[in-house]
Amino acid sequence: MTSPSAIELSHVARRFVTPSGDVLSALEDFDLAIAPGEFCAIVGPTGCGKSTTLGLIAGLAKPQAGRVTLFDAPVDGVDRRVGFVFQQDAVFPWRDVLHNVMAGPLFRGVGKAEAEAQARDWIARVGLKGFEHHHPHQLSGGMRKRVALAQTFINNPQVLLMDEPFSALDVQTRELMQEELLQLWAQAKSAVLFVTHDLDEAILLADRVAVLTTRPARVKSVHSIDLPRPRDVATLRYDERFIAIARKINDDLREEVLRARAGH
Amino acid sequence: MAETAITKPLATEIPVESLAVRMRRRARLVLALRLAVLVVLIAGWEFGVRFGWIDPFFFGQPSGIVLKLIDWFQNGTSIGPLWKQIWVTIYEAGAGFLIGAVFGVLCGIALGRNRLLSDVFSIYIKVANSIPRVVLGSIFIVALGLGAASKIALAVVMVFFVVFANAFQGVREADKNLIANARILGASPWQLTTSVVIPSALSWILASLHVSFGFALVGAIVGEFLGAREGMGLLIATAQGSFDSNGVFAAMIVIAVVALLAEWLLTTLENRLLTWRPETNAGE
Repeated sequence: MTSPSAIELSHVARRFVTPSGDVLSALEDFDLAIAPGEFCAIVGPTGCGKSTTLGLIAGLAKPQAGRVTLFDAPVDGVDRRVGFVFQQDAVFPWRDVLHNVMAGPLFRGVGKAEAEAQARDWIARVGLKGFEHHHPHQLSGGMRKRVALAQTFINNPQVLLMDEPFSALDVQTRELMQEELLQLWAQAKSAVLFVTHDLDEAILLADRVAVLTTRPARVKSVHSIDLPRPRDVATLRYDERFIAIARKINDDLREEVLRARAGH
Repeated sequence: MAETAITKPLATEIPVESLAVRMRRRARLVLALRLAVLVVLIAGWEFGVRFGWIDPFFFGQPSGIVLKLIDWFQNGTSIGPLWKQIWVTIYEAGAGFLIGAVFGVLCGIALGRNRLLSDVFSIYIKVANSIPRVVLGSIFIVALGLGAASKIALAVVMVFFVVFANAFQGVREADKNLIANARILGASPWQLTTSVVIPSALSWILASLHVSFGFALVGAIVGEFLGAREGMGLLIATAQGSFDSNGVFAAMIVIAVVALLAEWLLTTLENRLLTWRPETNAGE
């Protein structure tokens, strides 16, 4: 590849010391590269170190071995080009929707009026117009996720990390949010690394799906998803091509899930 | 047909109005029962004294306490006007409370945010916290004299550790996700402190303020017990010295009113600051 990868992990290892003094290896010899503008999903057995990977890329943690780079530059602390959508609610409960969305630009030194204008625009784009002055506890789970998306996209991230963002939502809301995400991504053109335990979700959204092994995690296989875009999240899962891909990846994934269970 | 089905109320359906009426009735019942408890207690005490079951020399007498209060308000106490004594105690407790709370919050946040500082100092704070701090009152009286300074110092010490411990804990308990989110959104360490750590520690800090105003009052009054020229503590000590149990109880009631007023002020402040919280069904 000639152009630099948006995200690249090579031979990365991340180990923890447990309270009993043992060394627990979350990632070992982990290799993955994501091109600019590419949507890559990671699936794997629970607790295999998927979230750990995102933490390393976001600069929230450091690897014990190997290299993590963003556009060929090693990650050193939190990078401004990175956006992160968390699994749990991470919007600020004491701020209303407007001030939650404004937070990023304000932290980054944008003027107040400018930040508010941007925020109002993003609030409208995620369909929350009219809720600017609601506090998070007054919103539904799906609406709080929309706030989180607006909060992240307003910073124009070139690299977007998502840690099972929709796993706490009900099925109908999740489908809507997936559609919304694809639309936002089509405009933002950021490289996305999307962690999920839901294989269907991974295939519906991603260009490539990486299957991880049980702990210590490494990439077991990478599957290209050559389904045309724009994709219709609601109907695609009944498409024959979708089913064929899902079956293939599922066999791969199932092997690891069974191995993970045998290990415990 | 459909129309009739809609307009005809179901037999089991309770009209909204009657629900509201019921709730109001219940509220009135609770109030009435509360008053009844108060009346029974005070009447029992009063009649207990009158029938000779309770010795008023030791335990006072409600009517005597009321007369004492009226006397204090009209003619002043043996150590000066009542308002003066109340004001002195409020001033000492209030000043001690403010100083202690401000220092407690500042130190709690500073230590909570700094790993090394907190590891170094946490052991000393534990030790300081386990010392019965009221004893320091004697030292303060010796060092700072009989005036307000020694009482304020004691109140500060009483308040500081409670607020400090809560602020510290509140900072440490701040949601890791929120902190990570703010960092990725671009917050500097200072912005992280002001816009994530302090707001999330705020409910801990405010909770400690409720408790610690009581401690500030205790500090001021104990200080006055130990040696003072004025104040509610001295008033109680004087009443005790002349075996005037009605006087002790009367002073106690005055102090309780002060404490309740402070509590009400703090609750108002808390509600003002924490409007973002989901409405909890605060059952008083």
